[in-house]
Amino acid sequence: MNAAQQDQMADEKLSVRSATGVDLSLSIAGPGNRSYAFVIDWHIRLLLACAWLLLASFVLKLSLSARSQDALLSLLPAFVIYFLYHPILEVAMRGRTPGKRMAGLVLVGRDGGTPSTSALLIRNIFRLIDSLPALYVVGLVSCFLTANRVRIGDMAAGTLLVVDDAAAGESLGRLETLASASSLPLGALELVDQLLERWPALESQNRMQIARSLLARLQPAADPARLSSLGDAELNARLAALLESTHESTHEQ
Amino acid sequence: MSNNADMRAWIIARAGAWRGLVTSIADLRRRRSATLDEALDTVEAYRGLARDLATSRRLAPDSRTTAGLESLYAQLHALIGRKPRGGTAALKDLLRVDIPRAAGELRSRIAGVACLMAISAAAGWWLIDTFPTLISLFASETMIEQVERGHLWTEGLINITPSSILSLSILANNIVVSVLAFCAGIFLALGTFYLVALNGFMLGGTFAFVHQHGLATALFTFIIAHGPVELSVICVAGATGVALGESIIHPRTGTRRDSFQACAHRVAPVLLLCAALLVGCGFIEGFVSPDPRFPLASRVTIGVCYWFVMWAVMSGRLFGTHWTTTTTTTTTRTATPGAGA
Repeated sequence: MNAAQQDQMADEKLSVRSATGVDLSLSIAGPGNRSYAFVIDWHIRLLLACAWLLLASFVLKLSLSARSQDALLSLLPAFVIYFLYHPILEVAMRGRTPGKRMAGLVLVGRDGGTPSTSALLIRNIFRLIDSLPALYVVGLVSCFLTANRVRIGDMAAGTLLVVDDAAAGESLGRLETLASASSLPLGALELVDQLLERWPALESQNRMQIARSLLARLQPAADPARLSSLGDAELNARLAALLESTHESTHEQ
Repeated sequence: MSNNADMRAWIIARAGAWRGLVTSIADLRRRRSATLDEALDTVEAYRGLARDLATSRRLAPDSRTTAGLESLYAQLHALIGRKPRGGTAALKDLLRVDIPRAAGELRSRIAGVACLMAISAAAGWWLIDTFPTLISLFASETMIEQVERGHLWTEGLINITPSSILSLSILANNIVVSVLAFCAGIFLALGTFYLVALNGFMLGGTFAFVHQHGLATALFTFIIAHGPVELSVICVAGATGVALGESIIHPRTGTRRDSFQACAHRVAPVLLLCAALLVGCGFIEGFVSPDPRFPLASRVTIGVCYWFVMWAVMSGRLFGTHWTTTTTTTTTRTATPGAGA
């Protein structure tokens, strides 16, 4: 796969017509995003199933043998958690699961709407084929080869996995205050706001490097040696101060 | 005034509305219903947001503001198009319309798959009748030894595993087989043919083997209560798989993908019924079939009655409506006398 194809896969969009005449633009989730969400979900269901088995065995003192009378109480809930996790949660959470939510993904229909219950069930039935021969090889190959990066279950159900940039939507609420208080150019304002929003999730070295680079561009008068000596908390404070700075104070610093 | 200043002034003017929208979307997503006024306000907000998004795309296409508006627009689009939960009405529709219609469409395929199963069973019988040693191909050594000693492997089953556990393991296995017969249709129906033929072949071979040891009647007695529905369900699930394969080979509408998707949605209600019927079969096979206290007459009654229930649900006669297929693509709805009053 060449660089152009990789770029295309990373930024694949689907345009959906809407009643207003302004098309809806959905970012298709690639195999990487899908796998990330699946791995999180897999860990959650595995941990929950194991937690139940431990509880049943050590606390409730139930037998874990399939031939015992206790098996209905000890083994069945664990099997239900493990095997019905996706269909139950996707229906209950309208196309989301905890893993998808953490990965910033959501399932939608081909019209951009919430998928129906039957579509979600069909999607999950086809896991039998997608998971063949092991480790979802069929599903992954299908994701690489199909136009909208869908697995066979999605094709049958008419669903798509798209990126749900909820953080960007929520940041709109802060924009009014930021745009009226700060004299920074809008592009820079959004960049600083986004960096501060992602600050806790980024590694310390990386966020400090990005912060220094940003501050050097936005405050050309600042001493580079002084910037290099600033620590994590100080850089964060200076970025936060930038969002509240007036036109004059930006240049004074 | 510069573009940057224009954009800043526009954001300051509109940001209040967007902030309100973020809150109201979160609120509406949590709730199952909305009042008429709330619905009308949401539609109006959707229109306003579309205008804002168009402006933002034009002024700052790669900005975070545009990304934020795209996200809000997608959330609002999904919220407005959200279908109400069906509840009882959806269940009634499923039983009175969707299942009979899909079953009517599948009728010829069900007959075809049943023929394939019967032919495979006959072939299995002939093979084991002619070459008895080949039974080791699909029966375990313990099972063979037990039959050769004059006992069925099903004897005493109820004493080894509790009926409830037996039922659950059987019904889970049967549901997986049926779902697999449906899904394997994606391999141009060849996967479905293989599964159905294999099941028929094993059934015929096993019967031939137990017949050689004078146990055919005992096996018949064991399977008659759950067998008719269980085997019929495998044929019906196979028919859904064949329909899926056909939708890919000969797409009726749009592309192969559209045809595949439409077919999966059309036949899915029948598959749901199959799963429900197999739950019943599992309980019969766990509680009735291995229990020697049930005489043959009651087993036959259970088997035949359950099969008629299956037929009545699939044809729509049990719930008051039935569908008759007039052509391969169109169906007509006819009400049974006294129904739907």
